[in-house]
Amino acid sequence: MPQPPFQRFLDAHRDDVWRFLVVSVGRDAADDVFQETFLAALRAYPRMRPDNPRSWVLTIAHRKALDHFRARKRRAVPVGDLPEVAAPDGPEPRDDGVWERVHALPPKQRAAVLLRFAGDLSHAEVAAAMGTSEEAARRNAFEGLRKLRQEMTA
Amino acid sequence: MTDDRLAPPTFDPADAAAAAQRFAATAPADVHYALVDSPVGTLVAAATPRGLATLSYEDFHGGVDAVLDDLAARLSPRMLEAPGRLDDVRRELDEYFDGRRRDFDLKIDWSLASEFGRRILRATAAIPFGEISTYGRVAAQAGNPKASRAAGRALGANPIPIVVPCHRVVGTNGKLTGYTGGLHRKVALLQIEGVVLG
Repeated sequence: MPQPPFQRFLDAHRDDVWRFLVVSVGRDAADDVFQETFLAALRAYPRMRPDNPRSWVLTIAHRKALDHFRARKRRAVPVGDLPEVAAPDGPEPRDDGVWERVHALPPKQRAAVLLRFAGDLSHAEVAAAMGTSEEAARRNAFEGLRKLRQEMTA
Repeated sequence: MTDDRLAPPTFDPADAAAAAQRFAATAPADVHYALVDSPVGTLVAAATPRGLATLSYEDFHGGVDAVLDDLAARLSPRMLEAPGRLDDVRRELDEYFDGRRRDFDLKIDWSLASEFGRRILRATAAIPFGEISTYGRVAAQAGNPKASRAAGRALGANPIPIVVPCHRVVGTNGKLTGYTGGLHRKVALLQIEGVVLG
């Protein structure tokens, strides 16, 4: 079976990718990272694994979000003590603030929570996206969620 | 937030749609396409960097999705809907249907036609506005006077009707025979060009 037209793939997954990016890099940076994500997907599209296109494109979005933070870190001028993880520009204000707190989590827990709950991937898909075992993905999401819950109730 | 879940973040779907549209308009796809309305129906226009590859009567080929699937298989799946990249095609078609254009001045990508098909289509492209020719004559101009049946088949498979005016080719006895969008369209196009059918 040949691949369907890329436009159909874009239409099918644009909401999932956007929702993931709005919290992982923030509303203001979401458009740039969205363009990077689908550009990379367009280039690799003929080689895409057709069994799970959604997980495939969210994995690309996850990597592009990490690239975005790395590039921002490089550009940043050191001005003394800053928090370890820069807060992004913030998700939609309608949320109860929980998604902003995700960014204070350790990197692996943050990635697992974002992929699992903003990307709505299964633990197995999160594991594949992060290159970890399924057990580690499950643990990272669980630990991250536990920390968030503690902070929210504190 | 429940014990084992986190409610997904809220987002505005209009933002996602706008980002996707920006992507389709600017990304370097292998094939850009657009739907074009015309007096003879909706056409799927698709171009590669080399030029216009097809202009397809969607209702005659199983609908828009079927046309796009076929193009993905035959050209490349890296296809995006980018009407802005087909502005020249739309403009020239509008001018043609308004009676303000007799010849098309568009770059053509012939890759959907066979080697023989290209020769037939090039000979057909040389038939002037408002005139008709026959399958035999087109075959002769393509270098094989005996190949009028094959010429008919090549014109039936014309990927770029209207621009490559296969509607101007009729049978030796003046019969309209067939057309890649249905005979009523052949009649309509010839009427636009002022051809009086005997």
